[in-house]
Amino acid sequence: MSIVTVQLGQCGNQIGFEVFDALLRDSHSFQGLCSKRENEAYQTSCKERFFSEEESGVPIARAVLVDMEPKVINQTLSKAAQSGRWKYGQHACFCQKQGSGNNWAYGYSVHGPRHEESIMNLIQKEVEKCDSFSGFFIIMSMAGGTGSGLGAFVTQNLQDQYPNSLKMNQIIWPYGTGEVIVQNYNSVLTLSHLYRSSDALLVHENDAVHKICAKLMNIKQISFSDINQVLAHQLGSVFQPTYSAESSFHYRRNPLGDLMEHLVPHPEFKMLSVRNIPHMSEDSLAYSTFTWAGLLKHLRQMLISNAKMEEGIDWQVRPPLSGLPPLGKMSLSKDLHFNTSIANLVILRGKDVQSADVEGFKDPALYTSWLEPVHAFNVWKTQRAFSKYEKSAVLVSNSQFLVKPLDMIVKKAWNMFASKAYIHQYTKCGIEEEDFLDSFTLLEQVIASYCNL
Amino acid sequence: MTQSVVVQVGQCGNQIGCCFWDLALREHAAVNQKGIYDEAISSFFRNVDTRVVGDGGSISKGKICSLKARAVLIDMEEGVVNEILQGPLRDVFDMNQLITDISGSGNNWAVGHKVFGSLYQDQLLEKLRKSAEHCDCLQCFFIIHSMGGGTGSGLGTFLLKMLEDEFPEVYRFVTSIYPSCEDDVITSPYNSILAMKELNEHADCVLPIDNQSLFDIISKIDLMVNSGKLGTTVKPKSLVTSSSGALKKCHKKPFDAMNNIVANLLLNLTSSARFEGSLNMDLNEISMNLVPFPQLHYLVSSLTPLYTLADVNIPPRRLDQMFSDAFSKDHQLLQADPKHSLYLACALMVRGNVQISDLRRNIERLKPSLQFVSWNQEGWKTSLCSIPPVGHSHSLLALANNTCVKPTFMELKERFMRLYKKKAHLHHYLQVEGMEESCFTEAVSSLSALIQEYNQLDATKNVPVQDLPRLSIAVCCFHWLPY
Repeated sequence: MSIVTVQLGQCGNQIGFEVFDALLRDSHSFQGLCSKRENEAYQTSCKERFFSEEESGVPIARAVLVDMEPKVINQTLSKAAQSGRWKYGQHACFCQKQGSGNNWAYGYSVHGPRHEESIMNLIQKEVEKCDSFSGFFIIMSMAGGTGSGLGAFVTQNLQDQYPNSLKMNQIIWPYGTGEVIVQNYNSVLTLSHLYRSSDALLVHENDAVHKICAKLMNIKQISFSDINQVLAHQLGSVFQPTYSAESSFHYRRNPLGDLMEHLVPHPEFKMLSVRNIPHMSEDSLAYSTFTWAGLLKHLRQMLISNAKMEEGIDWQVRPPLSGLPPLGKMSLSKDLHFNTSIANLVILRGKDVQSADVEGFKDPALYTSWLEPVHAFNVWKTQRAFSKYEKSAVLVSNSQFLVKPLDMIVKKAWNMFASKAYIHQYTKCGIEEEDFLDSFTLLEQVIASYCNL
Repeated sequence: MTQSVVVQVGQCGNQIGCCFWDLALREHAAVNQKGIYDEAISSFFRNVDTRVVGDGGSISKGKICSLKARAVLIDMEEGVVNEILQGPLRDVFDMNQLITDISGSGNNWAVGHKVFGSLYQDQLLEKLRKSAEHCDCLQCFFIIHSMGGGTGSGLGTFLLKMLEDEFPEVYRFVTSIYPSCEDDVITSPYNSILAMKELNEHADCVLPIDNQSLFDIISKIDLMVNSGKLGTTVKPKSLVTSSSGALKKCHKKPFDAMNNIVANLLLNLTSSARFEGSLNMDLNEISMNLVPFPQLHYLVSSLTPLYTLADVNIPPRRLDQMFSDAFSKDHQLLQADPKHSLYLACALMVRGNVQISDLRRNIERLKPSLQFVSWNQEGWKTSLCSIPPVGHSHSLLALANNTCVKPTFMELKERFMRLYKKKAHLHHYLQVEGMEESCFTEAVSSLSALIQEYNQLDATKNVPVQDLPRLSIAVCCFHWLPY
């Protein structure tokens, strides 16, 4: 089944390019340490999911590019074409002349309705190209105006127009110290709206990815290109074809559906994050060897201690002893010690993957009491290796990972809202104080729910 | 991509404008090697086939034929505009883009605003509409003028109201040259305060600049260049004050060096909108992020670097030094002290080979020494544009919305009151039809109200930041069955 990607705004388009590039590079430039037949099946599956083909044989990304000003889309299109390996569809973009000015209200209330028809038509065309359609993958940032505001509007429209299709939003959480001054307002409005219309929110934090670039990849002068490539690598390791645990004879057909089913058991809890291991520069990779036991041990500790990467993990954090009553409500004022999960999915790729032991993830102490581990935890194992990693593991988690960052954003937005700063910029486009209050209320509810796990 | 129209009013406005167009051509020539008319150039220039008579000559793509500035030149004296039209830039301007008169405004805001305003209202509207029609998607009007005189100050601000009424969706960015203390125009305080009321009410964003700061920057550069130290030859094109490599050859005008600084400010301000980069910043984002309340739209600017050394054997100044310089008084275009006042918001617009990690490192480094208002502790807006300015490998423009503008305004008010109390020269104003004493009193109240807003913010300066109580939500317990 195929996934249609919608890339929105500067961030969405810049990342989208890196994702398709990473997917195709992995699928075509590496042999995957497996049999030729196996590799070919992988390539076919990857292609079906993300690319369509034209007569010349050059794969065309199943994507719609949307931005309110032309510079980024032009760059993205030409970068893709230059690679020679793949490209975007000729008529797959929608572009205007003037951006959204970092104004969520402008993206949502002005650009949205104005361009609704054109954008939805483009998406429709892309969906029609799919023989069998799995759902939407929407890439956007929260801090700006187009990705965030128009992204929220488009997601709502997709909800209305394709009520039976799945929607996963890839959201970029901005750096804590400003990229955009009104980023907290834009984030609050985005999250509250997406919570109502999206099926799952896959979150990547710029701060976390930045640290990976600095500490694990050893990049000295980190550019957005570097950051986006790390992100693309993480997404690739989630979305490339995998086998289901039950059937090792063909690759999963419904990636989005399977992800949602395993990870979003309750609509109140939609926030997912990704952790992968190992991740390093190519030079270091040549000198490293891994065991599944080692990788999984680290990954598990990353989960419980809320670590964003494999360096600097706090090994002191332990799950509460089973049999004892739960530790009680998580307090935001103390450092989060133990990260409780609702559901986890581990995807393993590479050599000897069948021997990997994931029992550590089935410990009921890791999970909230209302789900049995047999429902809360899933593992997908695939022999075909990903990218250049002989063994790689990725964890997609619905847990308390994002509570602190969310709380921080709500706090800052609330403080600013109390002073009414910048509100005039939103009200002049139709977003009133009431709308802000509704958003705050919804997010406080989400925070409280996650805290009470 | 959007277009902007520059409206240059009065002697000062036109002289700065002239430098701006010169440097803009130079910048685009350096970037656009193939001579193709692209979207970046079209932001400030039209492409015209000069063989076609009348209006039909606009060409939207392909080779550059003849570039015409998207500008309207207004002056109530002929001298400056005539000089421009006889100089090397004459082909850049269309005769239809000018409005001139002969008598001048006599350094009288009332004459500029009331007399010439009503006299030229229709013509102004017509020229502005024309320039807007030539644009595919007009985003911004840049108004350049001085505050202390008659035309720039009076007619320039008359325009603002007109632009607001006629083009409400288009931003109005005003670059205003404020008079220094030793200004030789005696009535400059009157003119400035009367103009400020208009800026308060009708401008989206104002970049106040004073001559003294520009002069100090020049002195600093001269000192550097003439110090005779080994290796201090400066790359000519890199001087923020120079027009080397541009069309205008003679540099004899006394204000040219200073005007080039302002011209560079405008080029850097618009660079991220015109050229590509990994984190773009359009002009509408400036207003969105830097103006928390409609009245507080005065931004202090600082530019770095001021020059680049020519000697390749001397290693380039560390990138981080550029960030430190942007927060030093030596690089500011207004006499003010932001470091000891309160920041409401700050924008860093970087050009050249600078990446996000450089930006973040420097923000972390500089943050502790700067005071931000309690509700905007992380009040940074950043942008990265890949194309550096001519002669440099990278540059930084910092725009600060800071309470440090308050002393400038208070001082202006004092100078005004000293004159006004004695009713000095008042009759020159009151004899103009439409002027009454109430114009003066209203203007002063407008300024006082503005100063009061800054005062209120300053009062919060050393108060410890407290988190406000959040919304409390009733949490319901979940009793549900696993699927």
